[in-house]
Amino acid sequence: MFARGLKRKCVGHEEDVEGALAGLKTVSSYSLQRQSLLDMSLVKLQLCHMLVEPNLCRSVLIANTVRQIQEEMTQDGTWRTVAPQAAGRAPLDRLVSTEILCRAAWEQEGAHPAPGLGDGHTQGPVSDLCPVTSVQAPRHPQSSVWEMGGPRENRGSFHKSLDQIFETLETKNPSCMEELFSDVDSPYYDLDTVLTGMMGGARPGPCEGLEGLAPATPGPSSSCKSDLGELDHVVEILVET
Amino acid sequence: MRALTATPSCLAVSLPADIISTVEFNHTGELLATGDKGGRVVIFQREPESKNAPHSQGEYDVYSTFQSHEPEFDYLKSLEIEEKINKIKWLPQQNAAHSLLSTNDKTIKLWKITERDKRPEGYNLKDEEGKLKDLSTVTSLQVPVLKPMDLMVEVSPRRIFANGHTYHINSISVNSDCETYMSADDLRINLWHLAITDRSFNIVDIKPANMEDLTEVITASEFHPHHCNLFVYSSSKGSLRLCDMRAAALCDKHSKLFEEPEDPSNRSFFSEIISSVSDVKFSHSGRYMLTRDYLTVKVWDLNMEARPIETYQVHDYLRSKLCSLYENDCIFDKFECAWNGSDSVIMTGAYNNFFRMFDRNTKRDVTLEASRESSKPRAVLKPRRVCVGGKRRRDDISVDSLDFTKKILHTAWHPAENIIAIAATNNLYIFQDKVNSDMH
Repeated sequence: MFARGLKRKCVGHEEDVEGALAGLKTVSSYSLQRQSLLDMSLVKLQLCHMLVEPNLCRSVLIANTVRQIQEEMTQDGTWRTVAPQAAGRAPLDRLVSTEILCRAAWEQEGAHPAPGLGDGHTQGPVSDLCPVTSVQAPRHPQSSVWEMGGPRENRGSFHKSLDQIFETLETKNPSCMEELFSDVDSPYYDLDTVLTGMMGGARPGPCEGLEGLAPATPGPSSSCKSDLGELDHVVEILVET
Repeated sequence: MRALTATPSCLAVSLPADIISTVEFNHTGELLATGDKGGRVVIFQREPESKNAPHSQGEYDVYSTFQSHEPEFDYLKSLEIEEKINKIKWLPQQNAAHSLLSTNDKTIKLWKITERDKRPEGYNLKDEEGKLKDLSTVTSLQVPVLKPMDLMVEVSPRRIFANGHTYHINSISVNSDCETYMSADDLRINLWHLAITDRSFNIVDIKPANMEDLTEVITASEFHPHHCNLFVYSSSKGSLRLCDMRAAALCDKHSKLFEEPEDPSNRSFFSEIISSVSDVKFSHSGRYMLTRDYLTVKVWDLNMEARPIETYQVHDYLRSKLCSLYENDCIFDKFECAWNGSDSVIMTGAYNNFFRMFDRNTKRDVTLEASRESSKPRAVLKPRRVCVGGKRRRDDISVDSLDFTKKILHTAWHPAENIIAIAATNNLYIFQDKVNSDMH
């Protein structure tokens, strides 16, 4: 999978530059791999919250991997700064590594076109966005992680969303949960139950460690009924009620 | 090693329903217990050697089957608690009955297994079917006598140790004092008394005050086989901590920390994940520990904390595939490891239904396969080889054609003889060495 993306990248480079830039080619393919690994890890962390029996050991190991990558990228200075040229690779390359993990989400998106997600938090066409990430209802910016060949301007929002993810990794800010929930106007969301479930540690033990990362959804037996608001509809799709 | 590769015979028993999740011989090796994903325990018993056929050594037949755990629903967390049996540990036998502990993610149960081969006959007040007799027909008194009957194996739950763990239990270990045992989950270890179910003592707690600071979990733990105050637990960062319960009530401070410094030349984003210890076992002698991480098994001397004394590569050809294995989650597979009775050979499972054995004395190793095709009963197991490019022999398997869905996570070695039990998904294989069944 890496070979495919790399080959395209290498060919593109060799057409433009001479061997003197071979070092740069190696560096950028490393960055490509690292980025793919980061994407994959974030997806895994998101997915693990949807499972019935999340495995704490696996989650901790993945979260540590994400932190390592973030630290390295911060040292490199590649964190936060996204030059449009650096993001010039074709969208499919980035998604190759996450293709398998995305597959279920794509299928769902085919069956249920994603409703408009949030407001003003995503820049690309909403219909392109996969609903999977919005299962973390308050964490809507992550929807752009799953961008499927959307226009390049989405890349800015992707990196911004990574920031938000890591901010919550480091600083637990309970009050922001309420703000994020304020968009939800469904009467079926029992805010107290949901917040208690997410914050009070009543959620599954294995996910506790990552409550800073992404809060768990209400369980499938809870209140996602058919005529919910948009976010609830999405949650419903994901838990396949 | 030589003995095992010579003429092992094989008995493959297929458990129809479920994936085997644990395998454990009892202390004499007469009984072999397996637990599965459906919460069932199946116990096999070794048939006594027959005098008529001296070359046919005892084979294992089903002795008892029972449902140990049922699925539960935790209403508070909206979470199903799996009935999968994570571990079984036998208690040392103290009377005619056998006892074992079985655990799922949350609850440990003590089961007593008894045999009944006699039944009383000749009651005065009840007839053969147990119905009350008409008193007018009773004209004389008789003493009931015990008559032989077909062997019946009865299993009953004697204790249920519940509500001790918030996180998922990964290990249980019976203390050499035969009175206590410990159970470990991702963040805590509890000490129980076998007779007391409503109380346990927390002896290790690595849960951070702020869960966002969590970077390490407990992966396995075991009591020392002889010293009832010592136990070890392993972590997801590849360290082992030996703790002494005499030092303090809460053993958060280890007595010894066993950790190998990282090899900078092999460093990658996956270094930590592959260093996570999936199993730790004391040797029978109590002098060494055996650990399994993703690519290696290591032998540690309790007297040396700085590094293992021996390291064996299980499947180093996977080192270049770590990213793919991370993507398909195989990198998180937890393989177990085992010592033979004399601590001279160690064994662990791998992919493609392969398992590996390493002779610590001769430094030779072998790869064998547990599959129906290659293991007809009484067939000799043929050593397998994975080729990594270069010269390829006829029966070699290439790395790319390994089946990663066929993983051997659970293996067990008879405490005294060269008999091994291998769980391959939902099949149990028992291999024994006929030529030389004693330890060498």
